[in-house]
Amino acid sequence: MARVIVDVMPKPEILDPQGKAVNGALPRLGFTQFASVRQGKRFELEVEGEVTEEILAAAREAAESVLSNPIIEDVVSVTVAEEGADK
Amino acid sequence: MSDLKSARIGVITFPGTLDDRDAARAVRIAGAEAVSLWHADTDLQGVDAVVVPGGFSYGDYLRAGAISRFAPAMSAVVDAAKGGLPVLGICNGFQILTETHLLPGSMIKNNHLHFICREQNLIVENNQTAWTNQYEQGQTITVPLKNQDGQFVADQRTLDELEAEGRVVFRYSGGNPNGSRNDIAGISNERGNVVGLMPHPEHAVEVGFGPELTGSQTGTDGLAFFHSVLAHLVAA
Repeated sequence: MARVIVDVMPKPEILDPQGKAVNGALPRLGFTQFASVRQGKRFELEVEGEVTEEILAAAREAAESVLSNPIIEDVVSVTVAEEGADK
Repeated sequence: MSDLKSARIGVITFPGTLDDRDAARAVRIAGAEAVSLWHADTDLQGVDAVVVPGGFSYGDYLRAGAISRFAPAMSAVVDAAKGGLPVLGICNGFQILTETHLLPGSMIKNNHLHFICREQNLIVENNQTAWTNQYEQGQTITVPLKNQDGQFVADQRTLDELEAEGRVVFRYSGGNPNGSRNDIAGISNERGNVVGLMPHPEHAVEVGFGPELTGSQTGTDGLAFFHSVLAHLVAA
């Protein structure tokens, strides 16, 4: 089954409290290599059959209107993962 | 409307709403009839005003208020609000109103990441709205605040607009509890019929059941929200 992957991230100018908390935990576990962390969301929209242009367009629309809130978040990518790939 | 007792105020219940009963109780204590509205119904039953109460509708999944926004009842509320129907969003209700874009901005997690539950002082910054006309301008009130996603954010242009137009209705007093921009606790739309705030006036309407009684405080500072909307309806 093909999937459309939608990645949503908090806008750069918006404080990301969750990412900040993860960033605080990493050094305590010895991960001192990372300067900062931002936490986003990944949605996997499964599709029966092939991902057509129409389906991709619908996914983009859903990403902008439902899966993200444009006031606080950006849709950073809407991509197709074919069967067997990316799993 | 001339008779307060004939005022009917709707309170919407979504899956995961917690504060609908307290909101309905506040409406009754203020002297009006509370009408239960169900999220899946499109019919607002001819109510004179609507309260979108607090809680965790749809478990705050996706974003707080994001799924409730698409409830049939909310479509009806958005249409009616644009026609002037008084609408009050409390906590999760405020989050739902921002998701519908009846109110600008959004709420993200508290900057300290903790759930807060405490008595909170607020300054009434605008007593000209449908829900605040029975307060004094600049009055300090105390009502409960309890949330995890209470940090009000908006871009600078929106903040400037809210400030310039007097649409910041409540500001936190005695320290900012969650990182909200400009200490904003509540805002209104341009017309002043739609108000949203994170703190809970409906939990401060009855002596002995609201914030602790100290000095001349009665713990009922939230009641004037409901008296305000009744005064607004009588004047309309």
